[in-house]
Amino acid sequence: MSPSSSTLPESSASPESSASPESPASSTTFRVGRRGFLGLAGAAVGAGALAACGGNTGRGTSVGATGAGGKPAISQWYHAYGEAGTQQAVEKYAKAYSAASVTVQWYPSGYDQKVASSLLTSSGPDVFENGNGPSIDMIQGGQVVDLTGVLGDAASDFTPSLIKRFTYKGKLYAVPQVTDMQLLVYRKSLLTAAGVQPPTTVDELLTTAKKLTTDKIKGFYAGTDGGVGVLGGPMLWAAGLDYLNADQTAFGFDSDAAVEGFSKLRQLFTSGSLLLGAPADWSDPSAFTQGLTAMQWTGLWTLPVIEKAFPGDYGVIAFPALATGGKGAVPIGAYGSCVSTKAKNVDAAKAFVKWLWVDQTADQLDFAQSYGFHIPARKSVVAQAEKLKSGPAADAAKLANENGFAQSPLLWTPKCATAFSDGLSRIVKDGSDPKKEIATMKSTVEAELKRVGA
Amino acid sequence: MAVAAPPRHTSKPVPGSRTSWSLRLRGPQNRNLWFWVFVGPFVIGLVVFVYVPILWSLWLSFYDARNTVTPTVFVGFGNYADLLSDPAFRSSLTTFIVFAAFIVPTTFVLSLGLALLVNRARALQGFFRSVYFLPTACSYVVASLVWKMSLFSGVRFGLVNTVLDHFGIEPIAWLSITQPPWYWLVIVTARLWLQVGFYMILFLAGLQRISPTLYEAAAVDGATGWKVLRHITVPQLAATSAAVVLLLLINAFQAFDEFFNLLSSSGQYPPYARPPLVYLYYTALGQGQDFGHGSAGAIILTLLIAIVALVQGRFMRFGRED
Repeated sequence: MSPSSSTLPESSASPESSASPESPASSTTFRVGRRGFLGLAGAAVGAGALAACGGNTGRGTSVGATGAGGKPAISQWYHAYGEAGTQQAVEKYAKAYSAASVTVQWYPSGYDQKVASSLLTSSGPDVFENGNGPSIDMIQGGQVVDLTGVLGDAASDFTPSLIKRFTYKGKLYAVPQVTDMQLLVYRKSLLTAAGVQPPTTVDELLTTAKKLTTDKIKGFYAGTDGGVGVLGGPMLWAAGLDYLNADQTAFGFDSDAAVEGFSKLRQLFTSGSLLLGAPADWSDPSAFTQGLTAMQWTGLWTLPVIEKAFPGDYGVIAFPALATGGKGAVPIGAYGSCVSTKAKNVDAAKAFVKWLWVDQTADQLDFAQSYGFHIPARKSVVAQAEKLKSGPAADAAKLANENGFAQSPLLWTPKCATAFSDGLSRIVKDGSDPKKEIATMKSTVEAELKRVGA
Repeated sequence: MAVAAPPRHTSKPVPGSRTSWSLRLRGPQNRNLWFWVFVGPFVIGLVVFVYVPILWSLWLSFYDARNTVTPTVFVGFGNYADLLSDPAFRSSLTTFIVFAAFIVPTTFVLSLGLALLVNRARALQGFFRSVYFLPTACSYVVASLVWKMSLFSGVRFGLVNTVLDHFGIEPIAWLSITQPPWYWLVIVTARLWLQVGFYMILFLAGLQRISPTLYEAAAVDGATGWKVLRHITVPQLAATSAAVVLLLLINAFQAFDEFFNLLSSSGQYPPYARPPLVYLYYTALGQGQDFGHGSAGAIILTLLIAIVALVQGRFMRFGRED
């Protein structure tokens, strides 16, 4: 990183409305009929309107791929991270890059939709982050660039499960930025008072939740939907299963263990020890910090807030195993940095991704630890992360390594995810037969696998 | 604006035929010109942002269009067949029917009742009219958030739960449980609060158009109370009623905002209370980006609305003279 690298003013972007709405219609010196005149007038205004819409793409300049000083212009998109300072940090990294002028775009809401729709046009990002990397349809639709080779010698230094998740048919399509994970947090003092240990099996989770429940506090919280949205995957892994089989060619949980696991989720839902009404969803620690629940399923990112509320009085565990002696599970995921095939200068964009998310380990550490609370994607950087060396955070980092499962497989398409959560909701909330629902999920998933050519 | 022609008086003299052409183009007193200056931008907006997308959508609906709006794989009516055989889409239509079956008559009766009351108010009529109409100005999103976070919050200290607590009733997680389906109460009350006032105004306008002589004649004949309502007010409101029912049905069809804001959580939507537009949103605009099926669904919905409107117009003589 050279501190003297030139920094372009960020407002250098200009709308690309070079098409003037004036011209043809304003002249009546050539012969046109009424319809011709109106058509031309309409076309002129329409062109003006459309040009105005095309507006600011975030690229340094609108015409061609070069910015001021002959450097390539790159537009980089992020979703809005909630923690103060993150936006300034990523802008700082971008400014420090000397080989291109990088403009950061920050989207407070609707990021996924914005990316998906803008990738259809030429006004999209050059470099963008996507939750768990690009979707299979983005890859098959040729919307993202093959990044194989960008990692170079560092390939083995990245968390293997993430690299595997971002790879399709041997090609890498995203570079992991930071690892995020979900886990179960519990209040030590409340468990001690109730005379129980942190649960190690699903059955213990049920009994512990029951014992912890009083008329003021519920035992467990996993979201306002009763865990339908977030506990399905962990329950599969805890039962030794997965969404799909190992090589992603077949449905993964047509088994009695899945039936048993889903039935347990139904039991939990009807037990009266599950908190359902809460001030915020599972991803927010409010229910836990306001003392509405003794245990909560949440994300690693909430630990700083919980530490503030109950210093030293909380612990973290994985989702407990279904069978005694089994292995618990936590989902891990990552935002992956991708390059759009419609990027004006694909090579420059790839070089920037390599520079920021592979080479700049100091920035990666800063990004993971200084604002929110994430695990760096490179193992050598994890070793430098002081905050992950003690207390529950260290336990969490260990869980991510030993009990971590990629949140969902690449070929688990949005349609599969919808079928899964629909079925699980019917099992958990309506008491529908798990066998029947699993069969329904299976037929949808098999049709999707066939579609994406698994 | 862009279509402005050169000012008449500054243009140089041009040969006769051209002058007549340009004069004819502009019409007497430049009327044609001004017509298009005022109407043009809106027509262009309508064409570019409404008609072109509708036709494009129709075209997309016959293609396998995932993550692209310029597809190449023609599938004929495949997308339509997929949707009609998809239990989730069919259940979304059922959801709509349940919702409409409840919301249309309830809104109708409540807004008519309010209109009758307000119409008879001797004092403060303007005040009541405004008070009932005000919620219409509130956004569906804002109302949904108030309903979700405050009124029907599942926590013990949610407003409704606090009231229930006084009667010794356990707090209810309004939006989280399906047995009993309390979420309908939340959805329906939110929409009632938002739209009753608007339809009340429509009925008030209708009521004020009924000639007082009819009531006087009825009074002379000895008709009072229900009889007047049944034989004079309601028949005289037929045209208004037809319009109200049609608008209510179309609004119910287009239900999205309150459902989405009340029930979606972390990128997911439960399989219940999922009206067609929410279903299509997740198909085409969520992570799915499946524009082929999304467009086919939109066309199916459009056809359904058109059929319902036609049938209803036939039975309720919508659009005819009183």
